[in-house]
Amino acid sequence: MAVEKRALTCIVCPKGCAMTATITDGLMTELTGNSCPRGKKYAEEEILAPKRMLTSTVRVLNGELALLPVVSKSSLPKGRILACVEELRKITVLAPIAEGQVIVTNILGLGVDIVASRSMPAAEKD
Amino acid sequence: MSESYDVIIIGGGPAGLSAAYSAWENGAKKILVIERDRELGGILQQCIHNGFGLHHFKEELTGPGYAHRCMELIKDKPEIETLIDTMVLEITQDKTVVAVNPKKGLLELHAKTIILTMGCRERTRGAIRIPGERPAGVFTAGAAQRMVNMEGYLPGKKAVILGSGDIGLIMARRMSLEGCKVEAVLEICSFSNGLTRNIVQCLEDYDIPLYLSHTIVKIHGSERVTGVTVAKVDERMQPLPGTEFDIECDTVLLSVGLIPENELSRGLDLKMEPLTSGPVVDQRRETSKPGIFAAGNVVHVHDLVDFVSEEAEIAGKFAALTAQGMLEGELKHVEVTTGDGIRTCVPQRLSLPEEGETLRLFMRVGAPEQKVRLEVTSGDTLIVSKLLPFAKPSEMIALNLPAEKTKLISGDLKVALKREA
Ligand code: SF4
Repeated sequence: MAVEKRALTCIVCPKGCAMTATITDGLMTELTGNSCPRGKKYAEEEILAPKRMLTSTVRVLNGELALLPVVSKSSLPKGRILACVEELRKITVLAPIAEGQVIVTNILGLGVDIVASRSMPAAEKD
Repeated sequence: MSESYDVIIIGGGPAGLSAAYSAWENGAKKILVIERDRELGGILQQCIHNGFGLHHFKEELTGPGYAHRCMELIKDKPEIETLIDTMVLEITQDKTVVAVNPKKGLLELHAKTIILTMGCRERTRGAIRIPGERPAGVFTAGAAQRMVNMEGYLPGKKAVILGSGDIGLIMARRMSLEGCKVEAVLEICSFSNGLTRNIVQCLEDYDIPLYLSHTIVKIHGSERVTGVTVAKVDERMQPLPGTEFDIECDTVLLSVGLIPENELSRGLDLKMEPLTSGPVVDQRRETSKPGIFAAGNVVHVHDLVDFVSEEAEIAGKFAALTAQGMLEGELKHVEVTTGDGIRTCVPQRLSLPEEGETLRLFMRVGAPEQKVRLEVTSGDTLIVSKLLPFAKPSEMIALNLPAEKTKLISGDLKVALKREA
């Protein structure tokens, strides 16, 4: 039996309770420090399947700026965030781009699209 | 383009755009937004992370996404004009706005009312006096953010961040994602001024240590930063001898606070408040000079853009009504003062009609608090009180005062914390 203690800070409300979880074979078996049940739910998720939104940029050609900011449509597994960023590094798009336009469909097969978080007009030609 | 307007708005960030929309909704026919950057949206355009808009747009947006929403609201409205690439040089006492634009040259525009929404800027190394030479590699966090998110440059490979405000935390994650090793975040206070969510998701996720009660005592390097000496500080924030240690790095980012950008306000001789570094406003966001309004970070630095929009909508509404001559009747003026535990409160004064007016107070506490009662009193009358389970200096407290309560205000208003026994 692998027993481990992990410190977590609840981010569900501004109180920010400092919690300690006991993890037995990958499952949370005890939690202290939370002031309400929402903290427990948060801790369970953080231990079993933590998720994060991803915001980054991709290179854009012919645009008013060098970079286009992008955002994941929903959250991604925390452990795959760096791999997703690597994937975005390979991408170059061509302006004009509309806000919300899909830049990568189903990134790394995780079932989440990456979309443009702003519009990018084409650069004006002088 | 015309030369006279109902409402001229200085600054096209979230405050300016929200004010313009609200002025339009409230009947102003000629509205102009002046922006000095090459596009509207203000600083949000470089804040590519998400977490904006939950209150105002009821959905979680990125900074550019929030700016986009604001721009959508004002677009295709013949009553609203925008002027980008335009720098306002002066606002005169008779509400003439003097500005320059590379294509139109010098402009002199007249307004019935003006709304100041110039936002804020970052404190610099000079402002906090760190000893050492002046090597390359020291940036404000916001300047680095613009480089990384808009221009496509990484400021360095190994960074130390001074200050644990939200911009510093967000940049710690952003630099890590782009391949820069963030060695540490240092905070001179014994608590962080950043949101807990950012401490967890920007530092803990990337194993970046946060040193509370620590600061940089020296930056090393002459051509380029080569490292910093860090020391622990005492309660008075003075470095403790013997606690120094060195961190090797090529970049130092400063996230050491924001200051409202008020050169134009000072030119107008507006009454200023030293603690917020912004103009004194009433609940309608009118400054000490009739017809000149102010909202957003130019009044006091906000932690949520949603509150910036809310405040700007108030300013937009009352600027529009004033411009149309629709506000009449005697107003009773009272001051809002802060007592125990409350550091700042906006508005700083109230201009109340006979029947009262629904309004919201925005406050910051001086230090973290738990289980305190926030009390708003006028003389011996308790106007409103609210129990706060906890309060942090980094999170602004908003308190509603309904019209039937503000009617009861007889003299100056005082906001203070009362500790529960
Ligand atoms: S445990 Fe409950 S009270 Fe504590 S931070 Fe989480 S949601 Fe807030």
